[in-house]
Amino acid sequence: MIITRKVEFSASHVCRAPGLSDEENRRLYGAASNPRGHGHNYVVEVSLRGDPDPVTGMVMDLKELKEILNREVMEPYDHRFLNHEVAPFDRVVPTTENIARDIWQRLEPQLCNEKHRLHSVRVYETEDLFVDYFGDEPCSA
Amino acid sequence: MFRVTRRYKFAASHRLHAAELSDDENQALYGKCNHPYGHGHNYVIEVSARGPADEAGRAVDLGLLDELVQRHVVAELDHRDLNSEVARFASEVPTSENLAREVCRRLKQNWSGVFGGEWPRLERVRVGETRKNTFEINADEIE
Repeated sequence: MIITRKVEFSASHVCRAPGLSDEENRRLYGAASNPRGHGHNYVVEVSLRGDPDPVTGMVMDLKELKEILNREVMEPYDHRFLNHEVAPFDRVVPTTENIARDIWQRLEPQLCNEKHRLHSVRVYETEDLFVDYFGDEPCSA
Repeated sequence: MFRVTRRYKFAASHRLHAAELSDDENQALYGKCNHPYGHGHNYVIEVSARGPADEAGRAVDLGLLDELVQRHVVAELDHRDLNSEVARFASEVPTSENLAREVCRRLKQNWSGVFGGEWPRLERVRVGETRKNTFEINADEIE
């Protein structure tokens, strides 16, 4: 069974690769390359896969999941300029893909155990663009 | 591995009427979707592609994807009558199931001309006919 919890944060970012010219960055990232930055209301959907516990009937206690998402996603990300305030985006371009992977890496060690594992992290940059990340390595548990 | 999904919109009209059935049977089967002059929808198309991220941190070049979908789907379907202006639907009922197949077919046929390498791969197409009805097809379901 897959269960999903959603969190929303607002943040600004710039997509510019330091090794590329202004022109190349514009071609590659479009309006997102504006050096002064811009913002989004990001929506993150975190999905876990597991079987419901035979006693509690739950894959995971959602209160606990909510606390982890607050600590690992909301606190570092919400109302921040990602490139300046949130590692690793001082050196990694904060594309939707890289944000999804960073959130996965923050969550995975805490959500992978014998009861459930992290299935996917979906990040909506806008309602017309979202990315799902499924991890590149097997569950660490 | 990433799956990137991009949403596009177009508006079009259609009428559901199967040539093999009688007028009464069509009316019974399709109801108001069979009304003789047709009707329209604001269609929402979700296109999903799968792949690893490149050095720029992207799994799909959105400029290329937008151009592909714009040219082969939106430009040819937007503000059209699907039955009379889209060749496939001269012989096929333009249900959203068949529309999903047609959109997926168009993207699949033109994919390698835009995305030449192994990645990204077209993974699936989802058609929303209204907010209440969606129709999803995996790219490997299409020849």
